[in-house]
Amino acid sequence: MTAEVAVLGVGMHPWGKWGRGFTEYGSAAARAALADAGVDWRDVDSVVGADTVRGGYPGYVAGATFAKALGWQGARVTSVYAACASGAQAIAAARAQILAGLAEVVLVVGADSAPKGFFRPAGGDRADDPDWLRFRVLGATNPTYFGLYARRRMAVLGDTLEDFARVKVKNAALGALNPNARYRKRVTAEEVAASAVVADPLRLLDICATSDGGAALVLTGMEFARRHGVAQPVRIRAVSTTTPRYPTTVLDLPDIATDSAAAVEPADETFRASIVRGAYEEAGVGPEDLSLAEVYDLSTALELQWYEDLGLCGEGEAAKLLREGATALGGRIPVNTSGGLASFGEAVPAQAIAQVCELTWQLRGDAGDRQVAGARVGVTANQGLFGHGSSVIAVR
Amino acid sequence: MARIRTSVVAGWFTEDGDGFRLLGTRCSACASVFFPREDVHCRNPGCRGGELDEVPLSRRGRVWSYTDSQYRPPSPYVTDPELPWEPYALIAVELESERMVVLGQAVPGVTVADLTVGMEVEVVPGVLREDAETTWTTWHWRPTGVGR
Repeated sequence: MTAEVAVLGVGMHPWGKWGRGFTEYGSAAARAALADAGVDWRDVDSVVGADTVRGGYPGYVAGATFAKALGWQGARVTSVYAACASGAQAIAAARAQILAGLAEVVLVVGADSAPKGFFRPAGGDRADDPDWLRFRVLGATNPTYFGLYARRRMAVLGDTLEDFARVKVKNAALGALNPNARYRKRVTAEEVAASAVVADPLRLLDICATSDGGAALVLTGMEFARRHGVAQPVRIRAVSTTTPRYPTTVLDLPDIATDSAAAVEPADETFRASIVRGAYEEAGVGPEDLSLAEVYDLSTALELQWYEDLGLCGEGEAAKLLREGATALGGRIPVNTSGGLASFGEAVPAQAIAQVCELTWQLRGDAGDRQVAGARVGVTANQGLFGHGSSVIAVR
Repeated sequence: MARIRTSVVAGWFTEDGDGFRLLGTRCSACASVFFPREDVHCRNPGCRGGELDEVPLSRRGRVWSYTDSQYRPPSPYVTDPELPWEPYALIAVELESERMVVLGQAVPGVTVADLTVGMEVEVVPGVLREDAETTWTTWHWRPTGVGR
């Protein structure tokens, strides 16, 4: 088991479509996290920014951008990019600095200002960029990949459109309780069924929106937390940032094809399952120990996929788990108590950090109407474009 | 003036020889196949790396999954904003001998209602778009049960 780091403070700027710059959202989240921790910004040793590709150069060097906005004070700086997994990489970098003794107090910040409509690759003609090619050659937007996974689940495992709608109904009900969520209205299965098809079989309300938002954490060494008067902080016990193993067998964004398994037998588990297994092994816990999970519901069908990848149930049993109410608030293992991406929409570099904010509030008992009674162990799961695993386990 | 036919990506398919085929590469040391083609080094981590030779992929495969694009994709997909958007189906196809899944657009006129997982499809030449001088060619998947 790896040594732990303390989550001393968490903060968010509410998700929405506010139309302002990402620096503002990130700075607001950072100030909230510092206030929550009771730490002065000038006492932060290191700042780690999760980059956004939408803010121009300041977005590519987000760590320095946030440090400047908060007022230069000489801290060590790191900026990381790993698409949807950027936030987890930022947390991993901060944790490594703390455990290596390079820093004692680290501020982790991610924020995005999302465009209207589909995400698209950066401009220019780049025939050697798989992300550019899938748009140019196939017009394959992110929702078309979500549609492929959803149809495959329906055909192979027997999931139904009603099962997918149930995920949205559950998550919208939780998002209605979360002041940081963008969508705070309950949704009915009929409303999901009546929304427009975007990428068959998925409808508008099956697919997460793109949002503005910011999230931040103050991570510290355990000794610092004790000196600071926090005897029992929420602790991060594992951060899994694994890559796939050759040959991949699931067609993942942004690829046009999987690897070929003609010469090498694929591993028994998928990439997504291996991400979570890495976190379980590092933390020394298993699915039976979990109080709650925050998973990346880019689509309703993908939330069901994560139930199986997390080991909450066997393959093909996710819809049954959902129908039994096990993953709702009050169930055996509540999933996406924050409301998930269904209620937030994706603010790419902030999202994996926001997942850890929710775990922290839950583990502290500060989640208000969304509180999971007696929460002790929480997991986040996410997958970034191009093969970036992301899973964090926090305990109290 | 006749338009010149140009592949949307060079080297990914051929219309020469015995008909239309997707082109990948195969490692001479470990026999791993790559599509899109890998021309620099074999990506099997257990292989020291052999010659990467061009190889045609299987003509036929089975539908792994499918979807469609009900809304106009953003640039760099090229469409005429003056024309109404015509949704097209996307098919992910499992090739048995290569043991891999390859994505492509369905031939025009085939919709998701015509498709099922496991259905046999074959690769055929297609046109992605045309502009003043050029017909940009691509590959399409077509159910083998559909007439030519």
